[in-house]
Amino acid sequence: MADFLINTVGLPEWLAWVITAGVAAALILNVIAGGALVFIWAERKIAARIQDRLGPTRTGGRFGWLQSLADGIKLLGKEDLMPEGADGMLFQLAPYVSFCASFCAFIALPFAFDFVGQRLNVGVFFVVAVLGLEVFGVILAGYASASKWSLFGAMREAAQVVSYEVPLGMCVVVPVMLAGSMDLVTIAEKQAGWVTNWYLFHDPFTFVIFWVYVTCAVASVNRAPFDLAEAESELVAGFHTEYSGMRWSFFFMAEYGSMFLVSALAALLFMGGWNGPIPVAELLGLSAGTGDTANYFVRLIGCFNLMGKATLGVLVMMWVRWTLPRLRIDQVMTTCLKYCTPIAAAMFAGAMFWQLALPGGVMRGMSRPAGEIREGWLEGPGGRAAARGTAVPAAAVPPKKLMQVQP
Amino acid sequence: MNPLNPMHAPTVLASLFAVNLLSDPVSVTHYLVVGAILFTAGIVCMTVKRNALGVLMGIELVLNGANVNFVAFSSPYLQGEQTASIGLDGQAIALFVILLAAAEAAVALAITLNFYNNHSTVDIDQADDLKG
Amino acid sequence: MIASMMLAAINWHSVLFLVFAGLACAFAVAVVVADNIVRMAFYLVLSLGSTAGLFFLAGAEFIGSMQLMIYVGGTLVLLVFGVMLTAQAPFISIKTSTNDRVLAGVVGAALLVVLLQAAFSVEAWRRPGVGEVANPSATPLGMALLGVRVDDPPAGTSPSLVRSGYLLPFEIVSVHLLVVLVGAAYLARAKRRRTPRGIETADVAASGGPR
Repeated sequence: MADFLINTVGLPEWLAWVITAGVAAALILNVIAGGALVFIWAERKIAARIQDRLGPTRTGGRFGWLQSLADGIKLLGKEDLMPEGADGMLFQLAPYVSFCASFCAFIALPFAFDFVGQRLNVGVFFVVAVLGLEVFGVILAGYASASKWSLFGAMREAAQVVSYEVPLGMCVVVPVMLAGSMDLVTIAEKQAGWVTNWYLFHDPFTFVIFWVYVTCAVASVNRAPFDLAEAESELVAGFHTEYSGMRWSFFFMAEYGSMFLVSALAALLFMGGWNGPIPVAELLGLSAGTGDTANYFVRLIGCFNLMGKATLGVLVMMWVRWTLPRLRIDQVMTTCLKYCTPIAAAMFAGAMFWQLALPGGVMRGMSRPAGEIREGWLEGPGGRAAARGTAVPAAAVPPKKLMQVQP
Repeated sequence: MNPLNPMHAPTVLASLFAVNLLSDPVSVTHYLVVGAILFTAGIVCMTVKRNALGVLMGIELVLNGANVNFVAFSSPYLQGEQTASIGLDGQAIALFVILLAAAEAAVALAITLNFYNNHSTVDIDQADDLKG
Repeated sequence: MIASMMLAAINWHSVLFLVFAGLACAFAVAVVVADNIVRMAFYLVLSLGSTAGLFFLAGAEFIGSMQLMIYVGGTLVLLVFGVMLTAQAPFISIKTSTNDRVLAGVVGAALLVVLLQAAFSVEAWRRPGVGEVANPSATPLGMALLGVRVDDPPAGTSPSLVRSGYLLPFEIVSVHLLVVLVGAAYLARAKRRRTPRGIETADVAASGGPR
């Protein structure tokens, strides 16, 4: 988009970058905030139906569509309280730390082939790393609230998130290994085509890994049945007991943003990303390369496809929340350390041997001399040949241009 | 101009600020300055703090300052025509430093917790049982 | 001057570098200056996070992500847990005497001057990078950790130089981490806490004196 602004509209280079970055940030913010709006309403409706009642039915017509808006207005109008012994600066900063971590992870998340904030070569690693930073907001909130219950809730949640990062990392490595790259765009592109191309159906080990990933992801974002940090029946409201109004809503935007993020990550890693069960674009004869309007339309379809899959994941998380009872902290830790981690490790080993067992797999890996590996990498996407402009496969990344200072 | 010559101090200072204008590209020296500040802050933190965890934080700052230097030397974006880059080795060194810092922080924290359990304080000035 | 700065092309790379570098240095100094141990931990988190941003700007994306995941998301969480476990009201701010602080400040300033002078001394380090560079990729680092060097040697290296892979250090560090973490977990296991030194409480005296 920056190139479009520079070349077509004729803006100076620095201004074009600012506008591009601003548009990308505004879009991501809209995804999180708009998503939170929709998900809060959806959660209340789903919870209601599962509990055999109706949920919001008055605001905005029969289905209570404007309930989220009404909630937002109410939260804006609430009094801004801070407990007496609280550490002022940390108390005020904690929700923003949580929200920043959730927001930053969206930078590397692709919504379609070229719809990505920043296409990082280490996309998967970056997203998982930044997701783990949300725990700081929680710890700070728990500590700064000067309340025993907040601190307990925060410590439990921190222990839970940090413990579940281990099996989460192992689950995430399996699609990376199958695709050969940590680049989320590459991983999704390799699953293009019919639904059988999805990594979910690649081999039985990956199928099991997907379910372990779902468990670890739900635990990572502190959703039921792992939500003892917010357990209303035990800890009042855990780490956000003392928060009200907009500060509390920032925590919840962070939570719904993270839910959407891990669902989108599951869709990208295991369920083909923006490539649907049916390759619509391929059947219509269009392709998703850069260029004219038809390709843009294809990418837009892909974007809605991915958002639909992510929303499906979030709805499943809500369904599970209102169905299963809450786990105790020792049960949470047992699940992580005694079940998720060994299963993830075993399935990872299984998927690795499955890759080697493909025809020629073992020999292919072990018999190439170092020089041949180097030449292969240099000619491949992202290597030196790509920078020179030669050897450009379909999903290649154009080389970075450093900002040239105008004399 | 020779930075060691005190007569040239004003020109050195001017070049310090000239190097930091918004429109000039960044060079390795910029990163080295950041690394130096982080390193010095870490050293002062290690000397000044009486809380054992404060000393540990100083150690982390020192290691980070060194990491910034290594990454700057390894970056292909920052080198000039006369190369200063050590390429991939810098990134590998930074990687190992991060890993070893994590291990060392774990042990230091275990020691601190032990100390706290035995003396009910984390004040390192009270760690003088073997004195005299 | 402001007008000429506005009309000139703003190099966002430099602006972002200044932002991240400023944050990293400011929060590092804040760690030194702050008294409250929890605030120190928070400032350290922000400083190391900004350093990760600096790594991304220098093209070391894998190292930046490692910094965020392991250093900030692992080591600092551990540190904060330690702070929470040992922070009690009388111990949250333990002050050093002014003499010590002045002396440390002077030594620190001297060290900073020496380091800055070294940083500015080499001409080759002061020329900025130009031109097109291949996108940063984690593949060379990954291959190097497996023992195969696929990256280009830096310009000016003699072609007969044999560059070693990092497989052995990788394995050593893996075993090292395992040993260290098992040892740390053993060291930090929960034990009976003794009474503070020099304080005889009534129930301790009643139970026959301190152990």
